[in-house]
Formats: sequence, C-alpha cells, structure tokens
Amino acid sequence: MVATLVQNHISIEATPLLDVRALSLGFGASKTNLLEGVRYSVEAGETLCIVGESGCGKSVSSLAIMGLLRHDVAHIREADIRFRGEPYDLHDTAALRRHRGADIAMIFQEPMTSLNPAFRVGDQIAEAVRAHRNVTEAEANDRAVNMLRRVGIPAPEARVNEYPHQMSGGMRQRVMIAMALANDPALLIADEPTTALDVTIQSQILDLIRTLQAETGMGTIMITHDLGVVAEIADKVAVMYAGTIVEAGPAEAIFNDPQHPYTIGLMSSMPKLTGPRERLTTVPGTVPTIETMPDGCRFSTRCPFAQHVCKETPPERSFGAGHTALCHFAPLNERLERA
Amino acid sequence: MPNAILTAMNLTRHFKVGGSLFTRPKTLRAVEDVSLTVQKGETLAIVGESGCGKSTLARMLMRLIAPTSGQMTFEGRQIDQAEGRALTELRRDMQFIFQDPFSSLNPRMTVGRLVGEPLETHAPQLSGKDRRAKVGELLAQVGLRPEHGERYPHEFSGGQRQRIGIARALASGPKLIIGDEPVSALDVSVQAQVINLLADLRDRLGLTLVVIAHDLAVIRHMSDRVAVMYLGKVVEEGPTDEIFATPRHPYTMALLSAIPEAEYGRTRAQIPLTGEMPSPIDPPAGCRFHTRCPFAREACKQDVPALRDTGIAPGHRAACHFFEEIAAEGAMPLPTGGTGRSEAAKARFALYAEAIAGQKTRPRAQP
Repeated sequence: MVATLVQNHISIEATPLLDVRALSLGFGASKTNLLEGVRYSVEAGETLCIVGESGCGKSVSSLAIMGLLRHDVAHIREADIRFRGEPYDLHDTAALRRHRGADIAMIFQEPMTSLNPAFRVGDQIAEAVRAHRNVTEAEANDRAVNMLRRVGIPAPEARVNEYPHQMSGGMRQRVMIAMALANDPALLIADEPTTALDVTIQSQILDLIRTLQAETGMGTIMITHDLGVVAEIADKVAVMYAGTIVEAGPAEAIFNDPQHPYTIGLMSSMPKLTGPRERLTTVPGTVPTIETMPDGCRFSTRCPFAQHVCKETPPERSFGAGHTALCHFAPLNERLERA
Repeated sequence: MPNAILTAMNLTRHFKVGGSLFTRPKTLRAVEDVSLTVQKGETLAIVGESGCGKSTLARMLMRLIAPTSGQMTFEGRQIDQAEGRALTELRRDMQFIFQDPFSSLNPRMTVGRLVGEPLETHAPQLSGKDRRAKVGELLAQVGLRPEHGERYPHEFSGGQRQRIGIARALASGPKLIIGDEPVSALDVSVQAQVINLLADLRDRLGLTLVVIAHDLAVIRHMSDRVAVMYLGKVVEEGPTDEIFATPRHPYTMALLSAIPEAEYGRTRAQIPLTGEMPSPIDPPAGCRFHTRCPFAREACKQDVPALRDTGIAPGHRAACHFFEEIAAEGAMPLPTGGTGRSEAAKARFALYAEAIAGQKTRPRAQP
C-alpha cells in the first residue's frame, strides 16, 4: 500500500520533506500541553491532510512550524523537526524567516482578511518575490503577472493592478495561492483554503492546488475539518483531537479501515449524500478545554468505550503500512465485546 | 391547499444600492418572483450558494423585512403588510434561529433572561416564578440543565449556544421555525447533535421547519422538500429524495457533482461551472444561469424559463427550457469507484453506534 501511495513521486527510503518527529507546545502558565507529541511527515509531491474540529490544534501546529506564534505566549516544550533532512529549529527566528514564504509557504482560510486591502494584488505578490530574491521591480512585477496567469485569473495584466476588494472570494484565494507559490516553495501549508468558499468554487480551487502540485512536485499539508475534501485530495491523513494525533495513515486505510473511536465517531456524524437518510450517530459532549483536559487518553471524556484504563496514556497501535492509532482498545471489534 | 401553513406568492425584494446627489441608485434584485408553499409539519430546505438570496428570502418569510411586492399568508392570514399587533402575534407563531451562535446572543444577559425574554412579550401573564420554571423546561428540552440559566453565553461552547438560541426560539410556543444556516457554524460532531435535536423537537412539538443552508448533505438529512435557489430565483424544487436522486436543473446537478464525498476512491465526473455567480445588480437576461450553464442554448439568452413539472414526482419542478433533453443525454454523472469499508471496520462502526445508543461494552479476554 505504501508503494502505491508514493507511486511515481519518490522512493520509500528517501528522507521526508518535512518530518515532525515530536512537537509539544503549551500556552501561558498552563501545565497541560495544548499540543502533545504531535508527529507527522510529508514527502515531496505528497498531500497530507490534518483533519480535526475547531480547537484541536491543527492550525496551531502549522503556525508553530511557520514560526508565526509569539514565543512569549506559546511555549515550545518539545520540538524535533527535520526539513529536507536538516534539523529545523523553531527557536531560530532568522532561519524561520528565510524559510517562510520561500521554501515553505502558507495559505490561510480567509482570503478576505489575509490580503492587505490598501495595496494592489500585484504589488503584494511582487513583495513576496522581492523579500526572498534579488530581482528588479520589473522582474518581480512580471513574476506577479505570470503567477496570476498560472492560478487561472483571466486578464492577469489588468487584474494585477486591482485591489483585493475588487475581487470575489474565489479570486482572492487564487491571489493568495499565487503569492504563496511565487517563490516555488517545496512545501505548501494550506489552512482550510476552501472553507470560506462555495462548493462550486471550492472544487475549482482544489483542482488548481492539485494541478500546481503535479507541476511543481511540492509537498502539501492541507488542514481541514471537511472529510469530503480529505477524501478528494489526501494521500495521507492525520486525525487530530484535542492536541494529539489520535490516528494517522494512508487515506485509504483511514477511510476504509478506521481504528480510533474518534475517527469512527467523526465519520458517523457526517451527513451523507447517498444511502439511507437515517438518524445521525453523534459524538456526545464537547471538546475538553485546556483546564478540563483528562489524564491519559484525551478522548476518554467523550468516548462511549472509555474504561478505567483510559486514564493512562494510550499505546500507539500499528495496523501496517504506516497506519497507527492511539487507543487502548484498538481494534475495537477484537478487544471489546457487548456486556 | 388545506395543509399549507405558509404560502408565498411572487415574492420579490429589491434593494437600492449606491446612488448620490447626482447618480441614480442601482437596484439589487435579491429575490425575484419566488412562490413557495410550506406544508404543516414538514421541513422545507432552501439551498443555494452565497449571494443567491436565500437569507433575504428567509428574512422576508419571517417578516423581518417587507417584500417589495408579492403576497404571503400564514395559516390563511395575509401577512405581507402586517404591522403592530398583527406582527407581534405572527412572531409568537413564527420564530427564527440564527446562524452565528456567537453574535446572536446578548453577552450581558444570563441564559435564563435570554430564554425568558420572549415570554415577557408573548406570555405576560406568567408570574416570575412560573416564567423561571418555564425557562428551566425549555432548557431541558434542548438538552441543557436548568441551572445553566444562571450562566452567561460566553461560558458555553458553540453547540451549546446554538441550543440556547433554539430554546429562545421555542419560548413563545411557535408553530413554524425558520433557521438560517442553523448548523453551519458548528463542528461536524456537534452539528450532528443539533440536527438530531431539531428533528426530535419537530416530531415532539409538531413544528414546521424552514431551513436555509448551503450544505447539501446537511439538507438531505434534515428536510422533506428542497428548493434550490440561484441568483434570486428558485430553479428547482421537489421532494428531497427526488432532488438528490434525479435532479433536473443543470445548476442542481452541478452543485451536487461539486460536493466531495467523504469516501475514499469515490469519484464522480463533475459538471464544470465556469466563472462565478453574476451580480444580482445586473442579472443576465433570459435564464439567469445561462452564463455558467454548460448546456446553454440560444433560447436561454432571451426566454425566462418558468418552473415546470418534471413528471418524476408530485411537486418536483424545474425552471429549465431543456431539462428533458439534458436528462435524456444522461447528463448527471453518477459516482463511481470506492471499495468501501472493510468488514472489520463495519463491525467497529456498528459497535460504536450501539455504544452511543446505550449498549455497554467490556474488554474482551485477550488470548
């Protein structure tokens, strides 16, 4: 399965593009870590989807990697990260600045608020180019026009002079993508890039990201809460709950053979487009806050299978081909029975 | 119609935008000539993308804004020009649930006061004690505890806040509730809880629901009938199962084909929509969808299509000149592929559903 997963991208032995071996992070004086032992890797040409609900830490983990968290508020308690095989130091702000926007780029959910309303979109793209490359203004402007053309904006020569408010949401997201890709990044982190868009526009943007990825061979981390988007675009999936990755593996394994009760609950909660229209099975309760975080398994307060042992840190169980889940009782059908 | 609770005929709402001393304001045609009937006890869903006029329509049905033209009746009473007392009475029978549970609750009021406030208007005869008891009942009905009444909205999560909004809407004992994107701000697991809650309340209290949403999967689970809107007009309406199984309007087809399904390896050819929705300030002539329709023909540029019966199911109508021909071409792509879940995974899903329903489980003795 791993072989099909990485087919025609890169051989299995190659070093991952980004290898997050351990990332733990706390806010303020709180002893409980907001992110606890987060671990994932992405290879060139590959798309990793980090899926989870609001507050699960999926955005915070990528902001930490981009060096966009304030060190006086967010305390990195553990970080072992490699980028292209080299150590990637989250405390080295100068190095992070060199990476940011150059070989690691990010696009955000809100194309309305992440563009500067006071500058023409072309100038904003050119600024990203000039921040990392020694080029003339004219060259940077040419690059801006070319990038707008590549992301499918009609009449780029004219639109390069427009302001963000003159564009629709879909167009603005295209501008964001153009800006992120202006320096040919090796890794693109996309945080809910289509959440604010309508479905017909969403499918255009997903197609665009896929096409650009095939052209450039960049690795992509897509952060989303939408399992439909995940099924459409992911090679690998990491399911995140309350700051930990509870299950990870190839997309096929996550969708067809999910192991963690949270993954199963999340998939059961999704209204479906086909099949019987029956009452939805839910995940009861709400996500714990940092103050109410339980010991051991963080999902135990909402898990219908929770037992006393769940107060202890769950083991990482492996199901082959890089598919792992953090649960005392996985696989549920073998370790549990009806009482 | 004997069982119609709310009917709307040729509802139109225009807004004036821009304009100054020297320039004439432009007309934004938010809703144009929409006719709808809501049957007692059903859930009608109005679906469309941003800017299609669905929220304006919902606010008009609720009489939060008055229509520019057209008629509306609620239980036979004419309501499109209702004012004063008549409007207050209408508000008792018809309530609204807002999209954003974060901004629709006054942060300075306790939950008890928020939920009790509609009672002050609609049941002024209640004593303070009775009102508090009623508030406790309402909170219990939406799955909150009576003691939650003493807390403030910021102490609650998004899902709980939406429950407070629902309790507030139920306070006056309405017959009809209109929800504008009632679950779209919520996370998937919490969204399912609120969808189930609304279904339970509808059945228990005999409510009629009108739900505005952009998420077709949510709508499929919540509604009995669907009306699809595009650029201020209803382009297709009909029973939910038929809309999803045999859509006839090209826009409905495109919308359905654009939704990524949460199943690995499942793909369907998309009906590509080029470009974006035109501005309602200057909508295209003829069929408003013709600028993006992959099947558009010459006639679509001039003639405005009317809603016509499709003959598939009673009440299934589409506003397209050529839907018979398009359907005959087999235009709607069917999803293909996907091996589906393993048997072991199916067993785990069953175990999970049973556990949520109350079945106890215990660790199995390991060999």
